[in-house]
Amino acid sequence: MARTAVPGRLTGRLRWQTATVEDVRDETATARTLVLRAPEWRGHAAGQHVDVRLTAEDGYSTQRSYSLASAPGGDRIELTVQRIGDGEVSPYLVDVLETGDQLELRGPVGGWFVWDPADPSPVLLMAGGSGVVPLMSMIRARGSAGSRVPFRLLYSVRAPEERYYAGELGPGGAQGGLDVTHLYTRSAPEGPRRPPGRLTGDDVAAYGWPAEFTPMCFVCGPTGFVERAAGILVAQGHDPQRIRTERFGPVGG
Amino acid sequence: MHPTAAAGPLTGETFQDGNVLAGSFREFFTTDLTTATGTCAGCGHTGPLAELRVYTHAPGMVARCPDCDEVVMRMVRGPEAAWLDMRGTTALRIPLPAE
Amino acid sequence: MAVISRGFHGRRPTEEKLPPGQYVVHDFPVLSAGPTPVVRTEDWEFTLTTVAGDMHHWSWRDLTALPAERPTVDIHCVTKWSKFRTEWEGVSLDTLLDGIDLDGDYAMVQSYGGYTTDLPLEDLLDGRAWIAYRYDHEDLPAEHGGPARLLVPHLYFWKSAKWVNGIRLMDSDEPGFWEGLGYHEYGDPWREQRYQGD
Repeated sequence: MARTAVPGRLTGRLRWQTATVEDVRDETATARTLVLRAPEWRGHAAGQHVDVRLTAEDGYSTQRSYSLASAPGGDRIELTVQRIGDGEVSPYLVDVLETGDQLELRGPVGGWFVWDPADPSPVLLMAGGSGVVPLMSMIRARGSAGSRVPFRLLYSVRAPEERYYAGELGPGGAQGGLDVTHLYTRSAPEGPRRPPGRLTGDDVAAYGWPAEFTPMCFVCGPTGFVERAAGILVAQGHDPQRIRTERFGPVGG
Repeated sequence: MHPTAAAGPLTGETFQDGNVLAGSFREFFTTDLTTATGTCAGCGHTGPLAELRVYTHAPGMVARCPDCDEVVMRMVRGPEAAWLDMRGTTALRIPLPAE
Repeated sequence: MAVISRGFHGRRPTEEKLPPGQYVVHDFPVLSAGPTPVVRTEDWEFTLTTVAGDMHHWSWRDLTALPAERPTVDIHCVTKWSKFRTEWEGVSLDTLLDGIDLDGDYAMVQSYGGYTTDLPLEDLLDGRAWIAYRYDHEDLPAEHGGPARLLVPHLYFWKSAKWVNGIRLMDSDEPGFWEGLGYHEYGDPWREQRYQGD
């Protein structure tokens, strides 16, 4: 039985493919978005990731996983990479890689931390730092699909200058039906309504969805943030079955 | 981003979600196993493999039960072969598209 | 054939005395197959079990009362990093096992947290292995295997079990945690015995 390929549907063995850097965009002083053209790309679902493999001239090779930031569609994909000071791969991707360079990737992979545009449930997105990347893919997928599903994003970040996607998630850029709340942990802009600090239960109660709305919750960030955020959601009555988490790995990329 | 293997000032409490296994699984399985439901041989906990706790800063990947921390699954990738040990898993339910 | 990434070199200065396929690091990477066990020295115990079933126990006080040595050794991890001139303090297995009737040709090293690794008994003797409890003039931190870890630097570092708490002697070899999943039963870095069949 021949089957037609469904974008994002995971069938067949996955192979490494070559992608070419088409553009780079700085998000912050230490993070940038890579726009990659991948001719063999067969589509993805919002929230999936790719494995990136780098090979040196002497054959040394290493790989890392990065979440996709772009909406599904076409053969262009975007990754946003945060430079980790003593890392081996991320400084290369953020500081050395230029337009026209090539790298290898394998993907998309991961079918669990994925937003299904056919699900009418409201969506609560909770991001800690660079954990906003796969959640941005979901927001963009909502926009490109013309979805009316209510979305709320709680984006915990150290300071205003560390925000990713400032234009799209800023006052003028947000989609109708998408509420964006930035929560600053170290320094807030002038005249904040909320003093800088870690995510609290009050934040989630004020800017999230009530548990009785039975939203799908997607939580992504460093392990400490994810544990805290998921703990707050459960304490506020959310069904653990509707909380999906992605812990970004230990520092060292 | 979720770096999968690197050196740094870590504590042993750093684990990732089973999501990180997705790429490696797809080297030899034709479907996404991270959405499969597994049963822990240690305590009987049942859940998607995406919710396992995975330790990648090791000679292989070690996936542990989120409830009892017992090893549920281990994977090693060598240059010419991969090894997969699932003795900590009593059963897997793998969702498949209808024919 | 992989695509060469222009300008990517990785983190690998080249130095002499490196086993094949290794590169040098100057930090001390933490590798862990599971959560770090928290073991208080007052609860710590080390047990040697012979093939005949005799058991010998050491408390932390027993261990630290034995004469210590301060080996400075190069260590080689199978994940390809090597670290030169690491400084340890601990008790040689020759000292620990002195006077005990050792039967069997193989040893299964056991740890808090359930980790195991196997090696020939002779590789633990003749000044080649220690129960180490200090690193770089400090008490061995938990993430590096404290209170005490095995140190057997002439083999790949996965043999140097963190959080060590015992040795079981065996007549015939059995695979430990990684040896049962594709890694080489012996693991000599100089012969690059990484995987089964190397």
